Amino acid sequence: MATKKITTIALLVTVVVIVQIGTQLTGTSYYLTQLTMTMYSCLLIIGLCLVMGYAGQISLGHAGFFAIGGYTSASLTTLNVLPSLESGSSCVHLLNSFGLLTASTSMYGDPLLRIHPWIAFVVAITLTALIAFALGIPVLKLKGHYLAMATLGFGIIIFRIVLAMAFFGEADGISDVPGFTLLPGLTVTGNIEERIVNYYIAAAVLISGFVLLLNLIDSRVGRALRAIHGAEDAADAMGINTARYKLYTFVLSAVFAAIAGVLLTHYTGGISPSDAGVMKSVRYVAIVAIGGMASLWGALAMGGVLNFLSLRGLFGSYDDAVFGAILIIIMLFAPEGVLRLSLWSTLKRFKVER
Amino acid sequence: MIPLLKIRNLNKRFGGLHAVNAVSFDLKKGAIKAVIGPNGAGKTTLFNLICGALAADSGAVEFDSQPILGLKPYQIAASGIARTFQNIKMFPGMTALENVMVGLHTKSRAGFWAGMLHLPSTLCEEKRIRDRAYELLELLDIAQFADIEARSLAFGQQRAVEFARALASDPTLLLLDEPAAGLNIYETAEVARLITKIQQQGITVLLVEHDMSLVMDISDEIVVLSFGQHIAEGTPSEIQHNKEVIQIYLGE
Amino acid sequence: MSLDLFSQYIFAGITYGIIYAIVAIGFNIIYNTTGIINFAQGEFVMLGGMTAISFNHFIPLPMAIIAAVLFTMLIGALIEIVFIRWLESPSVLRMIIITIGLSIIIREIALHVWGDTVRALPYFTGNVVSSVTLLGASISPQVLWVLAVCSCIVVLLSLFFKFTPLGKEMQACAANRLAATLCGINAKNMVTFSFMLSAAIGAVAGCVVSPITSSQYDMGTGLAIKGFTVAVLGGLGNSMAAVAAGLLLGILEAFSIAVGFPLAFQDAISISILLIILFVRPHGLFGNKEAASLKEF
Ligand SMILES: Nc1ncnc2c1ncn2[C@@H]1O[C@H](COP(=O)(O)OP(=O)(O)OP(=O)(O)O)[C@@H](O)[C@H]1O
Ligand SMILES: [Mg+2]
Repeated sequence: MATKKITTIALLVTVVVIVQIGTQLTGTSYYLTQLTMTMYSCLLIIGLCLVMGYAGQISLGHAGFFAIGGYTSASLTTLNVLPSLESGSSCVHLLNSFGLLTASTSMYGDPLLRIHPWIAFVVAITLTALIAFALGIPVLKLKGHYLAMATLGFGIIIFRIVLAMAFFGEADGISDVPGFTLLPGLTVTGNIEERIVNYYIAAAVLISGFVLLLNLIDSRVGRALRAIHGAEDAADAMGINTARYKLYTFVLSAVFAAIAGVLLTHYTGGISPSDAGVMKSVRYVAIVAIGGMASLWGALAMGGVLNFLSLRGLFGSYDDAVFGAILIIIMLFAPEGVLRLSLWSTLKRFKVER
Repeated sequence: MIPLLKIRNLNKRFGGLHAVNAVSFDLKKGAIKAVIGPNGAGKTTLFNLICGALAADSGAVEFDSQPILGLKPYQIAASGIARTFQNIKMFPGMTALENVMVGLHTKSRAGFWAGMLHLPSTLCEEKRIRDRAYELLELLDIAQFADIEARSLAFGQQRAVEFARALASDPTLLLLDEPAAGLNIYETAEVARLITKIQQQGITVLLVEHDMSLVMDISDEIVVLSFGQHIAEGTPSEIQHNKEVIQIYLGE
Repeated sequence: MSLDLFSQYIFAGITYGIIYAIVAIGFNIIYNTTGIINFAQGEFVMLGGMTAISFNHFIPLPMAIIAAVLFTMLIGALIEIVFIRWLESPSVLRMIIITIGLSIIIREIALHVWGDTVRALPYFTGNVVSSVTLLGASISPQVLWVLAVCSCIVVLLSLFFKFTPLGKEMQACAANRLAATLCGINAKNMVTFSFMLSAAIGAVAGCVVSPITSSQYDMGTGLAIKGFTVAVLGGLGNSMAAVAAGLLLGILEAFSIAVGFPLAFQDAISISILLIILFVRPHGLFGNKEAASLKEF
């Protein structure tokens, strides 16, 4: 058991290190930027995989949770609270006295006082968890098309809100988001000098998240989830509180999405409405489906490859179309995911059907 | 003595069909009681009502002097009622052992945090339920199939896994829905032996079964349902000589 | 609010509402024969409008519209034959993902063919500024076209299902697929017909609204979600109730603007309604619970 876990971690770390050294030797370290972004997206994707593959619920609204995380953190950390400190807001004073505000200067040399990213992070995650919780209670009672449409609808509402509100920068989104200093000397930022460090930060976050989820599915909770997915009435009869397990899983995966949203926003320095778009949600679902639904490894691998290729611009202006096509092809020919695809059985299936 | 399970005037309709019609009966602690009746009599529906898998239209069910009608299925399961299904419901993609470990759900507590962090206490609990699940498989003579996917086992073996899974939660009351369906004579005899053994451990059994020899053999009491209605109740010999029952079974 | 203004909003609401209803009926037709919600339904509306605009460069408007409807029907049939027909009892999740994939592909193809410019068909009669006065409201003649055409669709469809052999066979399939098959009805062909039919009515709707709302490659998603809201509001599968629900939503939207609700949140309103309905009355405002529970979910 324990050795298996160590092997897993060692394997992932090795891959991460080899890739980094590889890019350095071949002089392609600019890849690291896209790889870092890819790894944050993968964090969301493995969370979604837990919901879709293990709890058996579809979510077409995960870009919404990503956006709640990203936008909350971006708007809080770009807010200048100096005026409210001067006008004597007690809340801001309290934060200030705990040293939770950071002073800096704007491009024009004006003094700025901003909320520390850690505060923003905690607020963003808490907010996302609360929203996921409140949404999940009614939504997870739904099944099939209703669940799909309800989560899709949630995603569209978030998209509309960020698009319509001046506070969230409307169509431009929020830019100039400062870096996120996790620990002194360790900052999530897009600065070229800190590219390698950030690559490893993203890798550390992703691998930790991945191991946590691997642990989870290999535990009492994971068995309960698989039982619910496999035969819900039998799971009920075993004393499993199916509604609560679905809800907690949903909230957990929303939190994963929000963490990805916060970190990616601080890394790229901004977030825009397209990050909350329906197409993004669909894309995440596509990747989970390609990875084989109930396979964290599949989701991780496919998330890594497809996101990276997409970010490299390999699919050009056909980016969305490629994901649409992949979705259809996978669902038609390999609903179990490509990693479990054997050409032979597919061909056989064809013959039988004709 | 207060009965362990008390059913009063229980009703369930599916549209125009009165699947369970004003059924009342008691179940004594430690007894084996059989519910028999022709196909479609409402036996499985009765089980589903007791377990909370279906919501009753009206009536009352008391378990251990507590009203349980309206509770969620998991609450009823946690209160000590376990069941097996007419059409065996193994969890797909899980081994026989894992199936039984799911049965131990109410006997363990690790939650999301513990599951993600794999704390020493979690691993300890995990080992405990794994050992216990293995013990149960051994008890039912199927330990050699522990690591095989349950759905790929032979029918009789799947029945045994389902028994183990139901027993795992240490139930006070066990509901068995046609445990001998699809089994051959030897396997059926084995099931009969097993049910009596379960009774000897102090577990009360409510049993639905079409195999009359099994029912007459092991049950202390029998309830007869027909078209959702309670027709007769009594000891096996009383039921065997009940005119109405004979009429139902032999036709008008 | 003056009476004139009031009827102005009512007409605006009805115009949009009836379009939503047409999309909802499109959902229902396919849902009834297959149990599938076709997430690409909104794309049929878009395709109808866009192809009619292109055809209209070469042929007169009525011909262009007919050609566009036939073309969209063909696409509908192709979709069913290529992607749906040969799947053996696919899971709901699989069908959701496939139709979502299709909607993306159609949209992206439209983007590459027509670009992202906003286009519109010319007004069927008169032009942008011409108006008729009705109940004190001055409305564009195109609004009357929309109302007339869509009402015709609704009436013709109900006649079709009641009185034509094909319509009856589709109904039979919807009621009980196995029994229908045993009676010698080719259920698979019925599914193809249902895709063609719902593509056709989507395309007609896309043509008649194009002069008012314009057409753009990405108009489908918004329409689809509103159409679905309406379909659920009326009770999935119940087309007559969908008309009532569509008008209700359209008028509600129109008045939400009237009372100063920001336009940007208009979509959010209808989606919130969808969510609330799903949570409180998933069998629809007019549906009955028992009938809904007998359906697949
Ligand atoms: N969920 C349901 N919806 C509608 N009707 C149902 C449902 N479940 C059962 N029925 C009907 O209720 C009646 C009783 O069914 P039930 O399964 O309880 O019978 P049974 O006594 O267990 O029969 P068998 O011996 O065949 O298992 C049957 O006519 C059945 O068709
Ligand atoms: Mg039964």
